[in-house]
Amino acid sequence: MGKETSKANDKKLRNIKFRNRLGNLIPKIMIAPTFTVSLVCVYGFILWTIWISFTSSKILPKYDFVGFEQYNILFTQEPRWWVASLNLFIFSGLFIAICIALGLTLAIFIDQRLRGEGVFRTIYLYPMALSFIVTGTAWRWIMNPSLGLERLVQQLGFSDFTFRLLVESNVAIYAVVIAAVWQSTGFMFALFIAGLRGIDNSIIKAAQIDGASLKKIYLRIIIPSLRPVFLSAVIILLHLSIKCFDLVMALTSGGPGYSTDMPATFMYAFAFNRGRLAFGAASAVIMFITVMAIIIPYLYTELKGTRNAR
Amino acid sequence: MPGKMNVMVGEKSPGMIAGRIIVYTLSILAAVYFLIPFFVMVMTSVKTLEDIKSGNLISWPREFTLDAWIKAWDSACTGINCEGVKGYFFNSILMVVPSVAISTIIGAVNGYVFSKWRFKGSEVLFTFLLLGCFIPFQIILLPMSGMLGWLKISQTIFGLALVHIIYGLSFTSLFFRNYYVAIPDEIIKAAKIDGAGFFRIFWKCILPVSAPIFMVVIIWQTTQIWNDFLFGVAFSGSESQPVTVALNNIVNTTTGVKEYNVDMAAALIAGLPTLLVYIISGKYFLRGLTAGAVKG
Amino acid sequence: MKRIITSLICLLMFASFAFATGQGDGTSAAKGGEVEVLHWWTSGGEAAAVAVLKQLLEAEGYTWKDFAVAGGGGDNAMTVLKSRALAGNPPAAAQVKGPQIQLWGDEGVLTNLNDVAKAEDWDNLLPKVVADVMKYKGNYVAVPVNVHRINWMWCNPAVFKKAGATIPKTWEEFEAAAKKIKAAGLIPVAWGGQPWQEATVFEIIVAGVGGTDFYKKALVDADVNTLKSATMVKVFKTLRMVLQYIDPGAPNRDWNLATSMVINGEAGMQFMGDWAKGEFTAAKKAPDKDYIAATAPQTSKQFIFNIDSFIMFNVADKDKNAQKAMARLIVQPKFQEVFNINKGSIPVRLGMSEEPFDIPARLAMKDFVATSKSGDLVPSMAHEMAVMPDIKGAMVDTVTNFCNSDMSAEDAAAQLASAVAAVK
Repeated sequence: MGKETSKANDKKLRNIKFRNRLGNLIPKIMIAPTFTVSLVCVYGFILWTIWISFTSSKILPKYDFVGFEQYNILFTQEPRWWVASLNLFIFSGLFIAICIALGLTLAIFIDQRLRGEGVFRTIYLYPMALSFIVTGTAWRWIMNPSLGLERLVQQLGFSDFTFRLLVESNVAIYAVVIAAVWQSTGFMFALFIAGLRGIDNSIIKAAQIDGASLKKIYLRIIIPSLRPVFLSAVIILLHLSIKCFDLVMALTSGGPGYSTDMPATFMYAFAFNRGRLAFGAASAVIMFITVMAIIIPYLYTELKGTRNAR
Repeated sequence: MPGKMNVMVGEKSPGMIAGRIIVYTLSILAAVYFLIPFFVMVMTSVKTLEDIKSGNLISWPREFTLDAWIKAWDSACTGINCEGVKGYFFNSILMVVPSVAISTIIGAVNGYVFSKWRFKGSEVLFTFLLLGCFIPFQIILLPMSGMLGWLKISQTIFGLALVHIIYGLSFTSLFFRNYYVAIPDEIIKAAKIDGAGFFRIFWKCILPVSAPIFMVVIIWQTTQIWNDFLFGVAFSGSESQPVTVALNNIVNTTTGVKEYNVDMAAALIAGLPTLLVYIISGKYFLRGLTAGAVKG
Repeated sequence: MKRIITSLICLLMFASFAFATGQGDGTSAAKGGEVEVLHWWTSGGEAAAVAVLKQLLEAEGYTWKDFAVAGGGGDNAMTVLKSRALAGNPPAAAQVKGPQIQLWGDEGVLTNLNDVAKAEDWDNLLPKVVADVMKYKGNYVAVPVNVHRINWMWCNPAVFKKAGATIPKTWEEFEAAAKKIKAAGLIPVAWGGQPWQEATVFEIIVAGVGGTDFYKKALVDADVNTLKSATMVKVFKTLRMVLQYIDPGAPNRDWNLATSMVINGEAGMQFMGDWAKGEFTAAKKAPDKDYIAATAPQTSKQFIFNIDSFIMFNVADKDKNAQKAMARLIVQPKFQEVFNINKGSIPVRLGMSEEPFDIPARLAMKDFVATSKSGDLVPSMAHEMAVMPDIKGAMVDTVTNFCNSDMSAEDAAAQLASAVAAVK
């Protein structure tokens, strides 16, 4: 009898071991397709782009080798590239800062149990639903001096009023910021209000009992505890600003001149419209390296920070 | 819901009332800023062309007409075919439904693995996947079309949907992972001791509490994919163009008279489905985010 | 939750079913074969004009598969074309023009149309300048559709009358007229501040101020020394002078909005190709009465041309006949007449009756023949007829940068030369 049971136990044990091993494999198997696809379609294509950037490809890919020629032209002979880079810098900085500030402010406001919360929420959120093409077209109208806001206010009797953001090449990038903020603030608002409502109330109550002022509660307790939300917000906004393509196309087409060109539109124009595929690829590679140089350290510190906090 | 009791400005004291007035004023001002473009678009779409040319942005239409809407839907030219956007609308639906469904399901499983079945190197893999979000999509246009051609699915809705699935995965996985991280590990451990396997735990313990995050991801993906133009234009064929491409064809006339009212109506029609999704389910979107989608 | 999953699965099945049926439809072709045509003519008049070609093809038993992608003067369409070429299934015909035809020829994907050309006698029907653009290494690979004249100046006589100005024939006269119009409180020049429009005015000035030889050296040969010459400085100075007479709403204005400023009497004149005529016609304005189509200052003896054309790709045997029929029909008089009247351009083939065309078109047809003999028929740089797109891009960048900044004419000429040298 004892023998029998030990044999059965053995079998059971082996079974469990097998199942454990299988169990350990399943997660990996489940991830495998995503991993493979990402390896090929993200990283493989990045490598392909790097390769192309060292060739002399014109309208279609050509697999020769010309060394760093395209990069050389990009950095030494293309004033437009510097305009585009500077624009991305200005744009992403302002866009991320304003969206977060405005989104957080609105979230705090709405969190005060305003009447009509649902209405406010819908109004703040709806721009997210619209495509950048639609947004761009609408804002282009509003900011056009002879059709939009300027004419409207002048008709109201303020004949000196000017609103020339969209048409002056040195400030037109701010017009892009306004439209982009309009589109994306709602999402930030949603993230922050979600974050605010997720905060443990007992801490706040304790602080209130201690007699801390409202301002202090927000600055010292609530906002710091929203740190993970800031992380998500920055990642999403940075991702949007790097890909900012449709909006620029619809709002300014890169103009006046090429003053609102962005790396994404720059790359597209050169690689696809001007038959300088290799050159466009070189600009994309630089863009990607820059983004990685910013995002990896940020992700590293932030993720590490949250893990330690836990 | 933990956050029902919010920090709020107390009533009664005059300073507090003043604060409340300021809060309301600023909230309403923000609402106006958010509403103006929409208002302009709607107004323009119900005006006649003469009315648009003579009036200003926000002037009330002298003559209310839905002609532009009918034309945009039914008879605006998007090439030789002057049948409006209705056919493209259907293409978009065919493209959005499977790509949202598949990318969401795969994202859920990925998120589950990355949060509850971590293995050596899974964090690295996750970061690896996350960085994929940051590639500018312009660079993948050409290699991707080569690949779709190789797979013999170029210019089909299926091919287009596949592209959307592939590049949607990093975001869906991110959302699900962040949500599932908040679910206590003890539940999973208990289930494992009970002998439940990978799928059983997913089905019995994870899915039943996943409704909020599914809402968030589905809304997010639907908006992203529905509104996409770049992939839509590059990977579609003459019979599979999505509505954004048709909208572009209507709005971007090279020569000839611009009908702004039709442009705006077409833009609104193209935006209507996602707009409705937000207006109807915006509440769930927020609820889903609140339930933990944004926790690092 | 389970309900969500179940419904997702249902949707999936529905969608895959839809794919299957959808793809089934896509592959069925008519007996005579089909042509898939990629183009960016999507607006009313143009679309109607192309529809004529479709009807002609269908009358012969072929199928037309329309593939329209608008935006940016064909920029999006070019992206699509590249994507499809890489995927290995290009359309039968695509709207590609000028030197770019050579680039596609280099890729070895184009089909030879010599037999159609021979049967239809294209060599004698088409002016040599036109025929040369359509050939790759001596073989026809593309079909010309129409000829646009760029160097037009569209004037509103009422505005000129009100200001007491006369329609200028030189740039000095232009300045005098513009001053008077401005003094009368109107906008002298209706300007669309988009790079291609700015480049259009630029090339008009190059032709007028520099003359035909200078134009060819600068904008066709892209000769670096010519680009930084004193004449080019003069060109930029003239451009700066013109820019003083535009309104602040100009940046990123569409060309047709600028045209409607002339139509409504807000502005005196606009420099634009002959497609602007369509706007006047649509507004029910008559030439020589409500508007005057004059050649741009100092270019009355010149003809800056822009030719739209289709390149033809190698296709499956069953669709070859359809493709050749399309090539043949495009050049035949019937399509040439209907299409060009609709689009405001003139026929590519010589010897067609002027009867059905309007006054500006008749003038253009006469000048087209005359300039093709005298050598003053020059390709447009702004419309990608003169140089490869990369060089054109470099030129346009400099021009638009000049128009939207305070750059001096000297700096602009130097920058133009260095930008072109970098690409060459």
